Amino acid sequence: MSVSNQHDYDYLMYMIKTEEKTIDNSVLTEMMPRWFPVKRVQRNTHDTFTIDLEPPDGNFKFDPGQFNMLYMFGVGEVAISISGDPAQEQILIHTIRAVGSVTKRMWELKKGDYIGVRGPFGTHWPVNESVGNDIVIIAGGIGLAPLRPSIYRLLANRDKYGRIVLLYGARTPKDILYRKELEGWRARFDMEVHVTVDRAYADWKGMVGVVTTLIPRAHFDPMNTTAMICGPEIMMRFTIQDLHKRGVDYENIYVSMERNMKCGIGFCGHCQYGSSFICKDGPVYPYSAIKDLFVKREI
Amino acid sequence: MNSIEKEKLTPFIIDHTRIETLLGVLQKKGYTVIGPKLEDGAIIYHSITSSADLPKGWKEEQDAGTYRLVKRNDDAYFGFNTTPHSWKQFLHPPILKLWESEKKGNKNTDPQAGDKLGKQAFFGVRPCDLSAILILDKVFKGGPYTDSNYLKRRNSVFVVVVNCGQAGGTCFCASMNTGPRARENFDLALTEILQDGKHEFLVEIGSPAGEDIIKEIPHRPATDTDINHAEKAIMKASEKMGKTVDTTDLKALLYRNLESKRWEETAKRCLTCTNCTMVCPTCFCATIEDVTDLSGKKSERYRKWDSCFTMDFSYIHGGSIRSSVQSRYRQWLTHKFAYWQDQFGTYGCVGCGRCITWCPVAIDVTEELKMIRKYEQTTKSTVSSKEN
Amino acid sequence: MMETLEHLLSEHPFLKGLDPKYIQLITGCASNIRFDAGQIIIREGEEADQFYIIRQGKVALQIYTPTHGSIIIDTLTDGDILGWSWLIPPYQWRFDAVAIELTRAIALDGKCLRNKCEADHNLGYELLKRFSSIVDERLESTRLRLLDVYDKD
Repeated sequence: MSVSNQHDYDYLMYMIKTEEKTIDNSVLTEMMPRWFPVKRVQRNTHDTFTIDLEPPDGNFKFDPGQFNMLYMFGVGEVAISISGDPAQEQILIHTIRAVGSVTKRMWELKKGDYIGVRGPFGTHWPVNESVGNDIVIIAGGIGLAPLRPSIYRLLANRDKYGRIVLLYGARTPKDILYRKELEGWRARFDMEVHVTVDRAYADWKGMVGVVTTLIPRAHFDPMNTTAMICGPEIMMRFTIQDLHKRGVDYENIYVSMERNMKCGIGFCGHCQYGSSFICKDGPVYPYSAIKDLFVKREI
Repeated sequence: MNSIEKEKLTPFIIDHTRIETLLGVLQKKGYTVIGPKLEDGAIIYHSITSSADLPKGWKEEQDAGTYRLVKRNDDAYFGFNTTPHSWKQFLHPPILKLWESEKKGNKNTDPQAGDKLGKQAFFGVRPCDLSAILILDKVFKGGPYTDSNYLKRRNSVFVVVVNCGQAGGTCFCASMNTGPRARENFDLALTEILQDGKHEFLVEIGSPAGEDIIKEIPHRPATDTDINHAEKAIMKASEKMGKTVDTTDLKALLYRNLESKRWEETAKRCLTCTNCTMVCPTCFCATIEDVTDLSGKKSERYRKWDSCFTMDFSYIHGGSIRSSVQSRYRQWLTHKFAYWQDQFGTYGCVGCGRCITWCPVAIDVTEELKMIRKYEQTTKSTVSSKEN
Repeated sequence: MMETLEHLLSEHPFLKGLDPKYIQLITGCASNIRFDAGQIIIREGEEADQFYIIRQGKVALQIYTPTHGSIIIDTLTDGDILGWSWLIPPYQWRFDAVAIELTRAIALDGKCLRNKCEADHNLGYELLKRFSSIVDERLESTRLRLLDVYDKD
């Protein structure tokens, strides 16, 4: 396989099959990353960063909620949700938290480095499908990153929706992601934004408390609401119940599930959640589809 | 092939000495023949070149946690049942290099071809194992993505089925509706007949490729008597299955019993050694490993067999979702007999019995399923007696 | 039009369903109060004589630490009830409460109400029922945060 891209690649990739010489077939392509150069790296917090990648063929199409398998040369591959604007196809953006061996190495990325990308994979948030409804987005911690593409798409089509509410919980004020953007959204007259933290120093003028405490005060019509929730599973569990208590049906509550992933295309078996493969039947699910599994332990 | 064409293909008889001819023809046509061979105290699948390699006159005694080779009192070529391995390893290799990448590549050198894979002939595929191959077909080519490694190997395979004339101590293909005879999806199917001093094979043709091969081997049409003998042998196998499974409502049963007390008890015995997933002909889970050399300039990606029984199979930041043995055993059995139905439209189990034979602590899936059913009934009657 | 205190109290979800005679009684112990931004409402260690129904504003519950100053562990806003230590011996505040912004509240004389509850157990039960529910909510919020779900592991 020859290098067809005109960029000055540091990396040259070719494939060896132990038996065959020819390469050109679907799964090998799907298991082969494409090299995307890093255009910009921003550190969001002490452990979270955002990378802007340039698609080698000029554009990268995806739907909010989908993820890529990102490969760090010589280290490994991880599943990371896409967190950019789906309308901006010329740039691919990922917000990543440095928690494991691969992401910690990614923390060191600089402009001009290359990242391997496979994707996009998975199901998407029901943004287009919820036209006409009130939208309630509830994010916990890094969970705001997979939801941000939805917010962009919603705001780009603002007049198609009723109320749009964003409830966001972070650990402390310095863990709040996309602070400037949040302030911008909050300043709009057509979007309700509430942020809370688990605890704070005395200079914090915002709310302190678990994110579910924001639900009673939010303005939305439960009978005509689509809710999208993303965050740690415990946070989602309590949030779902509080939303349901407020009158939102389980089939209108969408969550993003996470499990161990190795291939992203439904062959390695790791991401199985009951009979569902999270890489292809998820990660976004209506809660009604998984509620029996969700409450079972060690599934 | 439609039924009209099938009817035209009446079975043939070849003398047992013609097996050697058959193997020769296959090799002449460029196939690497893989068949049963005696090695290290077991009958395994290995490349073979002549009928002398076949385990003539051998059978096994199989039961939960037991495998012993025993001499037969005849010279049957296929007098045994299942091997420790299955055909899975030849279609879905335990270790496969997916690609290799180099930093600051020198020239764009074309990678040298390693061993040529060539085409393979699977000689002696049991009907249960054939069903397993068809199940793997669904897994690897039935969805939105196709595993072309699998496809390439699969498309070049010539399948010679051997119907079973005896059932093993852990066999339950009859319960799972996968044997002891195969009716289609093969190139050739053999049924061994040892009768009245004669040692012959009934040959059924299943494809044009199969027809091509048979043309080159001296054969005669099968008589009704021949066919009867073959049927009798197969009938004997289906009547003497080592194990049985009641598949009534099985998927729903398992979905209802995710919290059965049985899981806890079986967990006390299970070592999570992963033997069952390795010998199972349909288990397909794998892991992806990226490695680099010391210079950091070269990196390779491998796919390796993995098992849902391992501690970190379900690891996500900080811990594993299924950390208890109980949850891992439940995952495997429930996947095999319930989730698989929702995923692929069939059971994941073909009744080959390997997991029962090769479990070091003799856990028997047929017994587990029986117990899950029994525990549910017991709980129900306890509840109703409490209410009365 | 100025809303009367009694009307405000009877409308509040916290006192919903309470016998009107009790509402009157409680009104007798109530008064309007205002806190400027930064004003200290409650000080740890002081006697807990009062509690507050926040009408509008934002109040931070804080704990003072020697090395990091005050840490905010909860915030209360419109409609929330602040303080129940007046019900539980030794009737002493265990946290600080500071108004983050201009806050209007209804202050209730806890000491007075406490005596009335001792005299009339029905009133006592009604109030304790309502307070248990609030304590339960705050406890759940606290326990969930104790899990530190946003932490790396």
